[in-house]
Amino acid sequence: MKGLLIISGLGVLAMLAEIFKFKKLLLPIVLLGIVVAYALNFMEWTHDYSISYFTNMIAFDRMGIAFSGIILATAFFWFILANDYFEEDSNVVDHFALVLFALVGALMLTAFTNMTTLFLGIEIMSIPLYVLAASQKKDIRSNEAGFKYLIMGSFASGFLLFGIALIYGASGSFDLAQITSYITTHASGMPMFFYVGVIMILVAMCFKVSAAPFHFWAPDVYEGSPTLITALMSTVVKTAAFAAIMRLFLVGFSGVSEVWTGVLAGIIALSLIIANFSAAMQTNVKRMLAYSSISHAAFMLMVVLANIRNNISVDAILYYSLAYSIGSIAAFGVVYNVTKNGNENLNAFNGLAKRNPGMALCMTIAMLSLAGIPVTSGFFAKYFVFTTMIGTSHKWLLILAVITSAVGAYYYLKVIIAMYFKKLDTPEPVQIERSNMMVITLTSVIVIAIGIVPGIIAEIFRF
Amino acid sequence: MLTALLIGFPLLASLLVFFIKGNAARNLALGFSVIEFILSLVAFVMYKNDHSCCQLRFDHAWVQSLGIHFSVGLDGISLLLVLLTTFLVPLIILSSYKNEYANPSSFYGLILLMQMALVGVFVANDGFLFYVFWELALIPIYFICLLWGGDHRASITFKFFIYTFFGSLFMLVGLIYVYNHTNADGLKSWAFQDLYNAGKSLTENQQSVVFWLIFIAFAVKMPIFPFHTWQPDTYVNAPTQGTMLLSGIMLKMGTFGVMKWLLPIVPLGLAQWGNTVMCLSVIGVVYASCIAIVQKDYKRLIAYSSIAHVGLISAGIFSATQQGLQGAVMQMLAHGVNVVGLFLIADILIRHTGTRHLDKLGGIRGMNGNFAVLFLIILLGSVALPLTNGFIGEFLLINGIYQYGAWFGAFAGLSVILGAVYMLRSYQSIMLGDRKDNNVVFGPLASTDKAILIIICGVIIAFGVYPKPLNDLAEEGVKLLLTNIK
Repeated sequence: MKGLLIISGLGVLAMLAEIFKFKKLLLPIVLLGIVVAYALNFMEWTHDYSISYFTNMIAFDRMGIAFSGIILATAFFWFILANDYFEEDSNVVDHFALVLFALVGALMLTAFTNMTTLFLGIEIMSIPLYVLAASQKKDIRSNEAGFKYLIMGSFASGFLLFGIALIYGASGSFDLAQITSYITTHASGMPMFFYVGVIMILVAMCFKVSAAPFHFWAPDVYEGSPTLITALMSTVVKTAAFAAIMRLFLVGFSGVSEVWTGVLAGIIALSLIIANFSAAMQTNVKRMLAYSSISHAAFMLMVVLANIRNNISVDAILYYSLAYSIGSIAAFGVVYNVTKNGNENLNAFNGLAKRNPGMALCMTIAMLSLAGIPVTSGFFAKYFVFTTMIGTSHKWLLILAVITSAVGAYYYLKVIIAMYFKKLDTPEPVQIERSNMMVITLTSVIVIAIGIVPGIIAEIFRF
Repeated sequence: MLTALLIGFPLLASLLVFFIKGNAARNLALGFSVIEFILSLVAFVMYKNDHSCCQLRFDHAWVQSLGIHFSVGLDGISLLLVLLTTFLVPLIILSSYKNEYANPSSFYGLILLMQMALVGVFVANDGFLFYVFWELALIPIYFICLLWGGDHRASITFKFFIYTFFGSLFMLVGLIYVYNHTNADGLKSWAFQDLYNAGKSLTENQQSVVFWLIFIAFAVKMPIFPFHTWQPDTYVNAPTQGTMLLSGIMLKMGTFGVMKWLLPIVPLGLAQWGNTVMCLSVIGVVYASCIAIVQKDYKRLIAYSSIAHVGLISAGIFSATQQGLQGAVMQMLAHGVNVVGLFLIADILIRHTGTRHLDKLGGIRGMNGNFAVLFLIILLGSVALPLTNGFIGEFLLINGIYQYGAWFGAFAGLSVILGAVYMLRSYQSIMLGDRKDNNVVFGPLASTDKAILIIICGVIIAFGVYPKPLNDLAEEGVKLLLTNIK
């Protein structure tokens, strides 16, 4: 909770920076603030779970703390990566504030205990991102991205609100715990519209994590937005949305799982197929990563599906979020620096091994991790998903996941082949700022490290 | 501890070699690989042939809560394959001395990394560890083929990677499925004995499913007929050293995997599907031999001969008889040594004459008699003439397959005849006859090439005449294996 307050405070502080002229100091302050928030966050780890704030609107239990830890860690790396993005732009402080407020929304999503907090969290997270997506004012694609994101996101919010209203109509409460107890006490006869409400919320959340068939906005938005904003969307936003899904469907609606598991299985299957086969056909790297993020969303949704019967073990999805976020930060860090000249095609990576071997190596590690090859963390993430899935009745999904994973390896390898195999006649070295290189290196090392000793992370997340 | 060292040493060596610039890298890599060979010889000496499983064990928990251990140990079969690996890698490195590769430090670093993964595959006693090494072996060879391969390398290595990765993922699912049935109430385990027990507790239908899930990975790697289409192109386009690693050692990962990680886990699956796989294997033998006969590119010819050999080995394994399995182990060793020799000869041909095309070569014996003799010895080893190393394996294999079914034995026996046809034909058109192109002068062999060929010929004759030390180990390993299958 203290972490959430600090990040909110930082957001307000960032808006004051222009007036009081400490723009230059803003980045160090933000980084420090995130570290402090992170520390305070983890000091609540041992606390009694029942502490809730604002008349039971929000409560940080261990699941919430772990998810917010991942979000804050990702945000920390992201801010370092983004330092020159902030320097170039004229409206620096606005961007700082918007990103920080999006973070506030994301943190709220990890710990809501009330449907209103869920809605607030989603909106607080999304609205800054609509603006950020369109933040390159003179680029028509960026405008398109912002507009598309806004329209689609608003639709999703509408679905969410409608679902919440229907559930309120049936159960008479916004409180997640009370809805859960309503389900258990009325197991025999709940009105039809309660189930409709659950499905509508599921649809809204699938919009947010861009699972097929609600993914149509994702490739365009990812492509059009500034690369760093895309990085933010595919890491922080995804993790937060998954935290919300975990809480909603494994804590809140697990009593009516028979209603939504079928739908969810369909969504996962569609996402796996559409995402991987579409990604294999992309030539734009950002679009490819967009589709890849859809496929990873499907993998994380599989954990949700698998965990219904085996007493919520969230470690698999936590590990997956961590591995995916860190790997994505490394990948987007490289993409950001390589595509600075405006060429976002795969051929921008041609000969990168010659032009900047360090970056090529980090990108290779990131790609291997996203493809799930040992001993990277992506492999263990996949392994955890497979182990949780194999005990369920949805084994066909597992086979589908395996087949599409092999397709996935295809497009990740395309990047590696471009870097190492395609030669340029006049290889120009790619310049990269030292702080950026540091982030990329560090995240790559983390990707390998938590792949070699997954035990440590898995132990932390096992509660 | 020594077994863990066998994995750790090449890993450290490769990291070191990555940072050495220039040609010092290859001398260093050669030195390290020789030390590794000596280490494995020490293991060979320390190993007691007393029918007990898994000697020189090393066990350390990796992820305790998931039952994943870094657990390694040796039995007769794995010791032999480790010896094969550590024996071949120095030769492979030495064979590259006449080729100039860009970025030698990466090249040799990757070879040593590959060695680490290969040894790991052979000594792993933990199913998860096995899988990790199995996948790890793919990365260095992928880069070796991609960076230093022939003209069409990008698309071909791609196919190779996707094929094998696809199979591996299915194997992972199959292994996890079995793992989920270990100690249903307590802590689950990846230890191979626990997987054996869990696998045997499955019903016949479950075992069939697991059989196919795991088998596909091995079938792609070996490769068995219809899963072989990646192989000839990859072998032809990879750099010579990559081809040697692929055919000499990596191919054995598949056959070894079947022995240790498939048959004992799903004996009922074997009973149900063994016949199908035998058919596929024998079809592969005849099919690949026939294609080899009409090949004009010498490297491609050996690639197809490799499919034929491995088909015979796999038929021997799936016969699940003492002779068949023992023959398979012996043939794995012999094939590993011989095929490296043959690929080196292909490399020598292209370096000296600029072509591997059989129609354009001829009359080399007249120009270099020593080369002709060495080539002939390796060739005879490969067609399994008595008193060469190939003979005992092939004899036991056909014996074992015959015990399984007389028709299978008859068709598998064709491989001996067909093998002699394509091998002798190739020798005839390369070494004998008239020179096709009078401008080509086949000078004396480079000293490194000569050394490798002499070492290989020495091994071929030595273990052809006196195979007992290897055969004893194989016999003991197979006996142990059969008690697990029954």
